[in-house]
Amino acid sequence: MNRFAHLLDRLAFEHGRNSKLRILADYFRHTDDPDRGYALAAMTGGLTFAHAKAGLIRTLISERTDQTLFEMSYDYVGDLSETVALLWPAPPVREGHNFPPPPSLSQVVETLHATPKAALPQVLAQFLDQLDETGRWALLKLITGGLRIGVSARLAKTALASLGDVEPNAIEEIWPGLAPPYLDLFAWIEGRADKPVVSDPAPFRAAMLAHAIEETNFASLKPEDFTAEWKWDGVRVQAVTGYDEAGVPVGRLYSRTGEDISGAFPDVLEAICARSFGAASIDGELLIVREGSVESFGALQQRLNRKKVDARLIAEYPAHVRAYDLLSEDGEDLRSLPFAQRRMRLARFLETRAPARFDLSPLVPFATWDALAQARRDPASAGAGDDANAIEGVMLKRVDSIYVPGRPTGPWWKWKRDPFTLDAVLMYAQRGHGKRSSFYSDYTFGVWRQGSEGDELVPVGKAYFGFTDAELKLLDKWVRDHTVNRFGPVREVEANHKTGLVLEVAFEGVQRSARHKSGVAMRFPRVSRIRWDKPARDADRLEAVEALIGERKRAD
Amino acid sequence: MVTERLAGASAIFSPLLSRVHPYVVAMAPPHLLAPTPAGLYCATGDFYIDPLRPVPRALITHAHSDHARRGHGDVLATRETLDIMALRYGEDFCARRQVAAYGQSQRIGDVDVSFHPAGHVLGSAQVLVADERQRIVVSGDYKRASDPTCAAFEPVACDVFITEATFGLPVFRHPDAGLEVAKLIASCALFPERAHLVGAYALGKAQRLMALIRQQGWERPIYIHGALEKITEYYAREGTDFGEIRKVSVAERSKLAGEIVICTPASLQDIWSRKFPDPVAALASGWMRVRARARQRGVELPLVVSDHADWNDLCATILETQCSQVWITHGEADALVHWAGGIGLDARPLHLIGYGDEEEAAAEAQT
Repeated sequence: MNRFAHLLDRLAFEHGRNSKLRILADYFRHTDDPDRGYALAAMTGGLTFAHAKAGLIRTLISERTDQTLFEMSYDYVGDLSETVALLWPAPPVREGHNFPPPPSLSQVVETLHATPKAALPQVLAQFLDQLDETGRWALLKLITGGLRIGVSARLAKTALASLGDVEPNAIEEIWPGLAPPYLDLFAWIEGRADKPVVSDPAPFRAAMLAHAIEETNFASLKPEDFTAEWKWDGVRVQAVTGYDEAGVPVGRLYSRTGEDISGAFPDVLEAICARSFGAASIDGELLIVREGSVESFGALQQRLNRKKVDARLIAEYPAHVRAYDLLSEDGEDLRSLPFAQRRMRLARFLETRAPARFDLSPLVPFATWDALAQARRDPASAGAGDDANAIEGVMLKRVDSIYVPGRPTGPWWKWKRDPFTLDAVLMYAQRGHGKRSSFYSDYTFGVWRQGSEGDELVPVGKAYFGFTDAELKLLDKWVRDHTVNRFGPVREVEANHKTGLVLEVAFEGVQRSARHKSGVAMRFPRVSRIRWDKPARDADRLEAVEALIGERKRAD
Repeated sequence: MVTERLAGASAIFSPLLSRVHPYVVAMAPPHLLAPTPAGLYCATGDFYIDPLRPVPRALITHAHSDHARRGHGDVLATRETLDIMALRYGEDFCARRQVAAYGQSQRIGDVDVSFHPAGHVLGSAQVLVADERQRIVVSGDYKRASDPTCAAFEPVACDVFITEATFGLPVFRHPDAGLEVAKLIASCALFPERAHLVGAYALGKAQRLMALIRQQGWERPIYIHGALEKITEYYAREGTDFGEIRKVSVAERSKLAGEIVICTPASLQDIWSRKFPDPVAALASGWMRVRARARQRGVELPLVVSDHADWNDLCATILETQCSQVWITHGEADALVHWAGGIGLDARPLHLIGYGDEEEAAAEAQT
């Protein structure tokens, strides 16, 4: 447990992706089975402890410490697990007692899973007695499900892959069929055993992704080699079905990274588990479609990241899959066929089996790149009609492209529509992390609105990239030279009609948000230009931002 | 009977008074020292201890800048403290210096004064002020954990113990400093292409850290920031063996991959740190025990190494002195007052403004 605790401790403070990978790989390499397998499960969300709740932890600590001292400490530390980990009293030293070594991660996981609810407080207390501060912190974070160490499941798998000559995607493919502590997986990666045989009837297949196209790429590309489709603003998914040994249909909806999100979309699951659907794997875009028209991304967000949904939510935000590709059909792997053939099979599949909640992603006809550019600028006139607001660009796919996991250069391109831009005033700057730790590199910016005492700035977003290293140095200096207030790592800078730095901010869209003071939230904001020339008083106003929401609303 | 009624009535209004032990109520209030805006003042001997502004006669517990200020008339302190003050402020930091040897008592006015090791930094001392009726110990800053660079704390029996409480919350229980330094060395092995910058206060912490790094078997040269040079050289002259020390000021920073560099906490975020190869920001401080504090400072490798007493040592030390009254000069006083009250001691916070964590003060000044 202490090894795992020190791993979490180190990861929690590390910012760089490569450093995290190194730390994880080092842990996997030097930790024995089954501990490392449980650690992998913890980081990929594969461990749950149903009975361990914050209330139990509070009860345990209140039996052991003075209530006032606990409250003062909690107030200071600000995190329950951490407070308890730091406060937990050392067990009394008993004469002649040989204290057992601290429990291993596997001991903890296996014991807690086998412990009935009533016995849990005592078992947990015993573990806490045996661990040090970091160990207790990790244990409490582990069982309450709040690791939050900045490691995604994908990152953990990538680190694991680096132990052997294995692609992360190869792990993703067999992942749904594996279970903690993943002995067979480690054995395969370390070359001690064959690749685990996946018996999952509805496996995930690692997704094929596209590079963003640049203006300069077009010169070397021929329009006749490609087909174009709309790039829909939803969530990329894979809908997979198969039959288990008893012949019962098994269906799953996976995210782009292979995460099983079926639980949040019972409506889609019902559609794919219909007998008529058969065994197939469809790559597509998850959207909310109401009465035939596609809703904005905001509507889809109502359905995302939920463990369960109720009938009302399903009725109000009906989910739909716009199909891009067919990866397998009735046990036949289609990924080595050219895209044109896969698309024909997909069209026939959807026509003959007519699954509910699925339709075919339409092609965008074009003869020249200029014609496609025109369609990208104005999707509504190029066949998208009212759905144009749910389109974020076009996808180009070579007609002969086979389906390869990952992001190969050449076969697929994404050509996003131009972002919105806005001239905003820099209000606060925060120091960055890692390489940027000495630079003020995270910028909160605002726009003007009418306040009670004339114009005032209201923050509308935060951006931390989009500028070059040379520009960062200039921004950093400007922040240092114009600081009016300091709040820990944050500096407030001069921002008024007379003095203030205008940033041209690019973003993908804007939504209403009750969480932000301005009432709006931007998608994917970044600094596109520093407007050294523009006086702060000429920056945009909140009304201009709100008008962009209006544009989307009209499509409803 | 009277005491009981007093305790009962005041419980509603003052949680502090309600816990006063009957013995304490009977005892005379301390007459030897009194808190004043300039610091703790002894009228009988006409001197201040660690005064916050220039005074005619000062007794200085240790050379950290929040306790040892320049511009006093007479200064009585240990030889090391006087030396370090002269190094930092120049030879003219006061009008007259007088050396106090550990354990030797001297008469000032009508009181006896003696200095005793505090274990905080080189030359740090507690000050015992006593007459026939009362013994008061002013701890200054102190720690009980072992430190190869300075004399160990010696508990001194007294009636009134005036303590710091920098880490006066039970969440602060410092781990073994050697194990913390082992983390640093493990990180150097994991990231040999990155420089490891370790923020540590220039006086005391930096030198203790270097000694601990050697104890953990690190044999490569240790690099130090310019702000550490004078004090480190002084420690070496006074007998601490640091092995090979190199100055960053004459090294090429971009070539220090895999090396340990000790600097001031503020320089971690300074433009100075940018030239090192992909630096790992480590910080050695008791505050690093709390994750949010470490994150606020942008620290990637927090090392919980403190030169102050942790909660357990604060409590144990108060008990060891056998005092009946505890005054708390600065820090997280509330929890310690609560604890001391609970065991029948008369405890009061002085809230002296001007003392605090040297690291924090230094860091804030530069950000």
